[in-house]
Amino acid sequence: MSANLIALAYLVAAVFFILALKGLSSPLSSRRGNLFGMVGMAIAVATTLTITQNWMLILGCIAIGGIIGSIVANRVQMTAMPELVAFMHSLVGLAAVFIAIAAVNNPVSFGLPEILPTGSKLELFLGTFIGAMTWSGSVIAFLKLSGKMSGAPVIFSGQHAINLLLAIVMVGFGLWFFFSETTNWTAFIAMTAIAFVLGFLIIIPIGGADMPVVISMLNSYSGWAAAGIGFSLGNPMLIIAGSLVGSSGAILSYIMCKAMNRPFLSVILGGFGGDGASQAASDGTQKTYRSGSAEDAAFLMSNADSVIIIPGYGLAVARAQHSVKELAEALHKKGVNARFAIHPVAGRMPGHMNVLLAEAEIPYEQVQEMEEINSDFSNTDVVLVLGANDVVNPAANVPGSPIYGMPILEAHKARTVIVVKRSMAAGYAGLDNDLFYMDKTMMVFGDAKKVVEDMVKSI
Amino acid sequence: MIGDIDPTIIHLTVFVLAVFVGYHVVWNVTPALHTPLMSVTNAISSIILVGAMLAAGPLETDWGVWLGAIAVVLASINVFGGFLVTQRMLEMFRKKDKKGNA
Repeated sequence: MSANLIALAYLVAAVFFILALKGLSSPLSSRRGNLFGMVGMAIAVATTLTITQNWMLILGCIAIGGIIGSIVANRVQMTAMPELVAFMHSLVGLAAVFIAIAAVNNPVSFGLPEILPTGSKLELFLGTFIGAMTWSGSVIAFLKLSGKMSGAPVIFSGQHAINLLLAIVMVGFGLWFFFSETTNWTAFIAMTAIAFVLGFLIIIPIGGADMPVVISMLNSYSGWAAAGIGFSLGNPMLIIAGSLVGSSGAILSYIMCKAMNRPFLSVILGGFGGDGASQAASDGTQKTYRSGSAEDAAFLMSNADSVIIIPGYGLAVARAQHSVKELAEALHKKGVNARFAIHPVAGRMPGHMNVLLAEAEIPYEQVQEMEEINSDFSNTDVVLVLGANDVVNPAANVPGSPIYGMPILEAHKARTVIVVKRSMAAGYAGLDNDLFYMDKTMMVFGDAKKVVEDMVKSI
Repeated sequence: MIGDIDPTIIHLTVFVLAVFVGYHVVWNVTPALHTPLMSVTNAISSIILVGAMLAAGPLETDWGVWLGAIAVVLASINVFGGFLVTQRMLEMFRKKDKKGNA
């Protein structure tokens, strides 16, 4: 194929990638969107094959990767999606580093001049550096999310100073690499090694509660890494695809930060929220709350006209999605208008709770986002809070509270509130929740799945 | 006149425009599909596979080619894993849709 034809085929692939993202604007068009993505990728790979020689090796490697990828995609639990996504980010990062090293080793096979110009070196530096940070950062995120490493932030004094120092040293090696006349492997390897270490150091101080931001941020990095490699190879398709992913991840990070009312910078600097930051902040006075049984709660709900269910991560941990679906169906049979309200940070990654509810075959028409449903709480008879805490804490409306300004689901405006929880412990933010002590609130203690099953039985 | 422009500038132009396209397209994604958005962008970022194939491309195999070959495996895991898991999730959003219409 001529160079022009190849460039045109790449352009078509890039357009397909844009259409893939566009398809996700509604669940109806989303499957077609995903198909567009696959077509784009197939075009890109087929086109690239025409300019490579070593077909056996390449197709063999694609087959190996394809088999592994397919097995993983079919087996993964929906609750484990955040881990899978972190794992996949790490692969993109590592691949970017390998490609950059191969390009420094043999620029000619990438269509670059034998002696790399400074511009290409700069681009390779960016690709390697972002790729290496994406890899090591994602590995830490994966370990934290899968519970193989404590979710608690790892903090030591001088942390930020060390990171800054390392970054400066890394840029120093980068400059040495740019201005060396021949290929300066020492500088390149040193710089890559430091980037790996920086990736670790930047993610370890970030706590479990901030993982939705981290995972979105790494999503963004993996895109920028691809774009960086695109710059080095002078391939506009890689630049376009990488930028799409990069901006997507950046927007998701922004949405997550806004949903937690946390400035992006303070998330990055870390230190907030451990896995079990759970001793209730006591202010000395013993507040009273009302508790009831699952049967009492079932009675309240079946006599209501409207019920809004607020699921939190506690629901997913208890694997209660399917029981909740039965609950909603039982309520519908009684003529109760039961709906679900989802806070943007319910779950451990953006949109996670929607997927978990979809897995339980809860129709998405019944699942509503915070902005859509918040104004309905005041005309709602019963709100059922399942394993959620901070996202319904009215303290977010009180100036001076640590979560002041965080957008919440306004459960406290409903006529009756039922909260299912294991204990009175506080949520990630470590705050007491006034919602639990309101006169109209009834606490039901126990495992979410067990409680919901009991409710279904008595409706 | 175009011939005089450094290719990097042209690439920068493409980059800036693509960021804008990404920005507008992604804000239109419904929040319910943010997890599939992440898995599909993951698959799309494995477009880096193209670079890996070029690295593994030459017939005279040195260690750079093997490094490229490993990168091909890594990126392919992502391509297949990313698109297939997205497919799986989106199917879940469909099932109920069918029932809803039935």
